[in-house]
Amino acid sequence: MTEIFGIPLPALLGQLLLGLVNGSFYAMLSLGLAVIFGMLNIINFAHGALYMMGAFLAWMGLEYLGLNYWVMLLLAPLVVGALGVLIERLLLQWLYKLDHLYGLLLTFGITLVTEGIFRSFYGVSGQPYAVPEALQGATNLGFMILPNYRAWVVVASIVVCLAVWALIEKTSLGATLRAGTENPKLVQAFGINVPRMITLTYAGGVALAAFAGVLAAPILQVTALMGSNLIIVVFAVVVIGGMGSILGSILTGLGLGVVEGLTKVFYPEASNTVVFVVMAIVLLVRPAGLFGKEK
Amino acid sequence: MSQTKNPMIGYGLLFAGVALLPLLGAYPIFVMKVMCYALFACAFNLLIGFTGLLSFGHAAFLGAAAYGAGHALKVWGLPVPLGLAFGVAAAALTGLVFGALAIRRSGIYFSMITLALSQMLFFFFLQAQFTGGEDGLQAVPRGHLLGLNLENDQLLYYLVLAIFVGAFWLIYRIVHSPFGQVLTSIRENEARATSLGYDVARFKLVAFVLSAALAGLAGATKTLVLGFATLTDAIWTTSGLVILMTLVGGMGTMIGPIVGALVIIALENKIGDAGKLLADLTGVQWFMGLGESVSLVTGLIFILCVLAFRRGIVGEIGHLLEKRRSGS
Repeated sequence: MTEIFGIPLPALLGQLLLGLVNGSFYAMLSLGLAVIFGMLNIINFAHGALYMMGAFLAWMGLEYLGLNYWVMLLLAPLVVGALGVLIERLLLQWLYKLDHLYGLLLTFGITLVTEGIFRSFYGVSGQPYAVPEALQGATNLGFMILPNYRAWVVVASIVVCLAVWALIEKTSLGATLRAGTENPKLVQAFGINVPRMITLTYAGGVALAAFAGVLAAPILQVTALMGSNLIIVVFAVVVIGGMGSILGSILTGLGLGVVEGLTKVFYPEASNTVVFVVMAIVLLVRPAGLFGKEK
Repeated sequence: MSQTKNPMIGYGLLFAGVALLPLLGAYPIFVMKVMCYALFACAFNLLIGFTGLLSFGHAAFLGAAAYGAGHALKVWGLPVPLGLAFGVAAAALTGLVFGALAIRRSGIYFSMITLALSQMLFFFFLQAQFTGGEDGLQAVPRGHLLGLNLENDQLLYYLVLAIFVGAFWLIYRIVHSPFGQVLTSIRENEARATSLGYDVARFKLVAFVLSAALAGLAGATKTLVLGFATLTDAIWTTSGLVILMTLVGGMGTMIGPIVGALVIIALENKIGDAGKLLADLTGVQWFMGLGESVSLVTGLIFILCVLAFRRGIVGEIGHLLEKRRSGS
């Protein structure tokens, strides 16, 4: 059997794939955070809670309504997106003229309420969710056994991330969005409904989080706390990458997932903390982040 | 804030009242716990209220000192003052490292960095041997001080009160010193403070370390009072809790954090009862579980405070008094 640094190759590749899976979640969440921050000037702490809600909706759809994975993969982001519209219209819109920190605190409150509600009904133990039939099993690639579902998560995430990138960088809608990020007053003067654009940006960002949540449901345990553990790592990812560049967010997310996966192979004790250590190093060497601009 | 009256008289009366509480039948452990969290919130307020920095990782300092003091008292058998001092030193050192990293970015990034770093420390505590992992550090002895046995709740109560008053006085002195004035100017307009020739980064770092050390004093004292240190001290929700206490009481006021700590701790203690009462009244069984998901209620308070009540309890009262004075 081939070995690299004394680690059997299939084990190494398996952890690499798992790292890419986690990295896909980091990428989708940090992408949403960056887009929302660009338009609303708010760091959406609730992003983790809404990701958790996406996973729970997938589970609830199957448990109570008999709706399968594929239906929920479409439906959960729509439901969470609609909730996002409500959150933005009812709560966030009153904060735009205030200091950034109030946005963080308000969305932190939303996180606590959402988690509290799910905890009060389902406790803290995980709900199992089966891998959809079409993606069960694994493919033997010769040098490794590739679990089909994990491969699907990575491919689906990358496709969605690139689609968002193309939407923002290559379409006229995206151009309006970028202009709105730069100078909302001027864009408003051109007759574009900026408040509605802000609402839809928030809804789109949290829908992306819910999509990631549905993808995560069959791999990770569906629990009320699955989001808050993730969002703190994603914050570190955002600090490392900087929020200036869309492709930067995607690459940083995937890259850190891989780094985490490799740490699990070579020094498992540090696998929980390696992203934070990378953050500390980046802060020392390049405070603005890998893709950030110095102010 | 009114400058006309001497606030010292008010603080003196407040602390004299707290000193009398055990004689009036208050449960000393509860009041000591409130004092520890009040000190924690006052230390946090030094950053958010007077320097304008939102740290989302203050539980790290509470936890570092709680474990540090617990280890020194239990394993090394140090005397109480040295045990507490070791806890404070551990928190201050953690604060120095975290602060030096976090002040490299400002605004919202600062908050995210402090949160991430405190999560890193949490995982360290979870895996390290000396913390006892999930079980925590249990049965920390209270020991003796000047020949007095601190196992006596009454005696310990006055020691904790003395620590609290001393720390509060220190914070008051810091805020009202020329150094504190510079911190306030950084909060109001950082660019201007820089252009006036102040080394802003250095002031921020000193304020951060002071705040961490004082939060550490709260954590070390809490271990002494309760006799244990657990992961709850270092988890991110505790960082959120101290923000909530300060927000509810009033950011940037001297006694707001104390009021906020009292309100939130009392709420946490009573919420299970309130849930049972609501379940009896309405017949909805779901309310029975309210005690298990306190975060639902604290989250709602967070939302309410941010939307409608940003001055906090003490801040609103001060604002009303000011309005009445200028009106008449």
